[in-house]
Amino acid sequence: MSGHSTYQPQSAFMKWMERRLPIAGLMYSSFVAYPTPRNLNYWWTFGGVLTFLLGAQIVTGIILVMHYTPHADMAFNSVEHIMRDVNYGWLLRYLHSNGASMFFVAVYIHMARGMYYGSYKEPREVLWILGVILYLLMMATGFLGYTLPWGQMSFWGATVITNFFSAIPLVGESVVTWLWGGYSVGNPTLQRFFSLHYLLPFVIVGVVVLHVWALHVVGQNNPTGVEPKTDKDTVAFTPYATIKDGFFMACFCIVYAWFVFYVPNYLGHADNYIPANPAVTPQHIVPEWYYLPFYAILRAIPDKLMGVIALFGSIGILAFLPWLDTSRVRSANYRPLFRQFFWIFILVTVGLGWLGSKPAEGGYTIAARILTIYYFAHFIIILPILGWVEKTKPLPNSISEAILKSSGVSSAAPTATKS
Amino acid sequence: MARSVLALVLAGSLLGLTATAFAAGESSHETPQPPRQKWSFSGPFGHYDRGQLQRGFKVYKEVCAVCHGMKYVAFRNLTALGYSEGQVKAIAAEYKVQDGPNDQGEMFERDGRPADYFPTPWKNENAARAQYNGVPPDFSVLAKARGYERGFPWFIFDIFTQFQEHGVDYIHALMVGYKEKAPAGFALPQGSYYNDYFPGHAIAMPPPLSDKRVDYSDGSPTTVDQYAKDVTAFMMWAAEPHMEIRKRIGFQVMIFLLVLAGLLYFAKKKVWADAH
Amino acid sequence: MTASSVEPNRRDFLYIATGTVAAVGGAAALVPLIAQMNPDASTIAAGAPVEVDLGPIAEGQVIKVFWRGQPIFISHRTKKEIEEARKVSLASLPDPQADDKRVKPGKDQWLVLVGICTHLGCIPLAHQGAYEGWFCPCHGSVYDTSGRIRQGPAPKNLPLPPYKFLSDSKIRIGEEDTAKV
Repeated sequence: MSGHSTYQPQSAFMKWMERRLPIAGLMYSSFVAYPTPRNLNYWWTFGGVLTFLLGAQIVTGIILVMHYTPHADMAFNSVEHIMRDVNYGWLLRYLHSNGASMFFVAVYIHMARGMYYGSYKEPREVLWILGVILYLLMMATGFLGYTLPWGQMSFWGATVITNFFSAIPLVGESVVTWLWGGYSVGNPTLQRFFSLHYLLPFVIVGVVVLHVWALHVVGQNNPTGVEPKTDKDTVAFTPYATIKDGFFMACFCIVYAWFVFYVPNYLGHADNYIPANPAVTPQHIVPEWYYLPFYAILRAIPDKLMGVIALFGSIGILAFLPWLDTSRVRSANYRPLFRQFFWIFILVTVGLGWLGSKPAEGGYTIAARILTIYYFAHFIIILPILGWVEKTKPLPNSISEAILKSSGVSSAAPTATKS
Repeated sequence: MARSVLALVLAGSLLGLTATAFAAGESSHETPQPPRQKWSFSGPFGHYDRGQLQRGFKVYKEVCAVCHGMKYVAFRNLTALGYSEGQVKAIAAEYKVQDGPNDQGEMFERDGRPADYFPTPWKNENAARAQYNGVPPDFSVLAKARGYERGFPWFIFDIFTQFQEHGVDYIHALMVGYKEKAPAGFALPQGSYYNDYFPGHAIAMPPPLSDKRVDYSDGSPTTVDQYAKDVTAFMMWAAEPHMEIRKRIGFQVMIFLLVLAGLLYFAKKKVWADAH
Repeated sequence: MTASSVEPNRRDFLYIATGTVAAVGGAAALVPLIAQMNPDASTIAAGAPVEVDLGPIAEGQVIKVFWRGQPIFISHRTKKEIEEARKVSLASLPDPQADDKRVKPGKDQWLVLVGICTHLGCIPLAHQGAYEGWFCPCHGSVYDTSGRIRQGPAPKNLPLPPYKFLSDSKIRIGEEDTAKV
């Protein structure tokens, strides 16, 4: 968003418009002429995927609201009405419920990419923190949305999550009553959760605008972690990045469609097809898969308050990542030791996720404790120390130099397709 | 080099520690996994077998419906089982539905119409509890509301094999899983029955099916196993009536996305050819 | 996209093909998004025909029943009302239609109408207005004893719903009498 761009209005109307509201120029400089590093790999296409999913979730969500009834007595019925009677209702609901999962798949990859290539480092700290805020908003939205069908998991998930706040000393109980609008999760809770579930996506859109703005101020990071220096290091966003994003988005949609059309309930839980019953807790209550690592951390800690603090701390600590990582080299490509610890960290998180789906007993709890300690140690101990002790590989002078070095192998492919 | 060895050692020990912990955490499996059944509706081109659905509906109507309602399924939906509109009207008329109030302000009973929903055979949950020693669950979405843990690594393979029949496998197993006597040492509570596949084994529902209980006109075997398969298939249809169209559209979407992705791939190559 | 007038080469063809396929997919994706607003299966089923017993309707009385969420007027007309409806000259009507075309043969006393003003959808009041037929309180449209528009902004006569006589004193609204058509 570098102000006055190279945009030249063609028609008389666009010239007239440009002097009054230069929106076309803004779009042109942001999404056409905007220079992107030419060496971006496919891990960088997830920002586009996330934008697409946000739009898809909002569209399908607005439509579902046309048929859904946010009332404890009617919510489950109205969802079944959508699934059975509304034209393509089953499709819209499965798109929305699986879209939420796809959203988290994409955001986790997006975050992991940022961590691997050091995209949070100076001067991208604010960009990264906005991302953490977006992630928190997504988690809140996803949780609120999962309560709306008012099945058993909806109801008991809402009960367990809102009870986090009962851990607050002195005022905890009052806060929970305030959240519920009653003395247990009930119709007032459902109605406010519905209202907030509709609101938060638009807050997300607003923060996404800030996120993209911050991105366009500092520019994209790239696999070398070396900032672009000359025009040779970059290509125009359109057509180069747009066509690449488009191709990958189509591939991503294949995965998305696979879940929607073939295994639409795979990522859900069977118990949520049982209408909410305040008298019976499901035998084995688990949150949606995307919260499982944090759920494991919560349960690993034997103290109620400390458990909740650890849960929020495990997400909040991400915001401090730019300062916890003391290395001045961004990309893990040039940090051999960090690269290994990165993959251990990923495995630990996946492991925590698996443990979160298991009952909190015996060996599972012990394992969750070990992995929880490691999770925090990664940020608080390993990253700061690595920055001081690690011997990094020499960085290339520029992006184009890095491409030239590796092009001995890869340049054959594009020329071959020209014929 | 020494440092990367350090990282590897750390990773290894972490894995080892957690693995021992897992081994300790693995509790003994009390409830066996339901055996896998063959279902006509599984897989990407799965279809409901109309004959089977009609048999399953007959079992539901003559056996299950005594206790179990199906409140989200309307009589009009039965056309999907291959019944004609006239047959559906006749089936609906077999049921009594409460309507009203009439001009005098009284509720009254009338014959069911295709637009009506299957009635629940008890007034409210308390009444059901008093009568049946539990609330018989509604059949509408039951096939999706039941399942079992597949465990690692099967739950990952299931994404690719499209295995979604946890619920129907479980219900079928439950139907055939009754034992005359609880094993020695098992304290069966009063008014309960022993079932191999029910979590906790003590189920309040008496064995509902027995050989020859329902007549079939198409020559299918009148055995408990066949009844169980048919009624379970019927329940899957009740829970997911749009499954066939879902899978059909899914296939078209897949073909479309593959073509689009292919075109975009070559378009991307052409665009980027300029950049090199 | 370069807007050149020369015939497209192979590269342009690839781009055009890609764009076309993407556009077709986008259009197909709009189908469910739009179709979901149409009446759903339960609404369509609830619009099934309704049966009305004519016995209790006294001569000169108009009753209102509902079919598909729409008010249906059933008027048991008096001799005088029928005569008035018949003697008017068709040429003078804004929407000419003979009265005997608006009732079932031999059932002149039974007039069945969709009770929605053809102007902007209000429900007209019975036995009011200059022709003692119907009068719409919203914008002053006046209908006669055959439900035909006579004065005011409404462009058309009150429409007739599909219905048939099951017996002399019973009709079913929502089903046309296929035997006689």
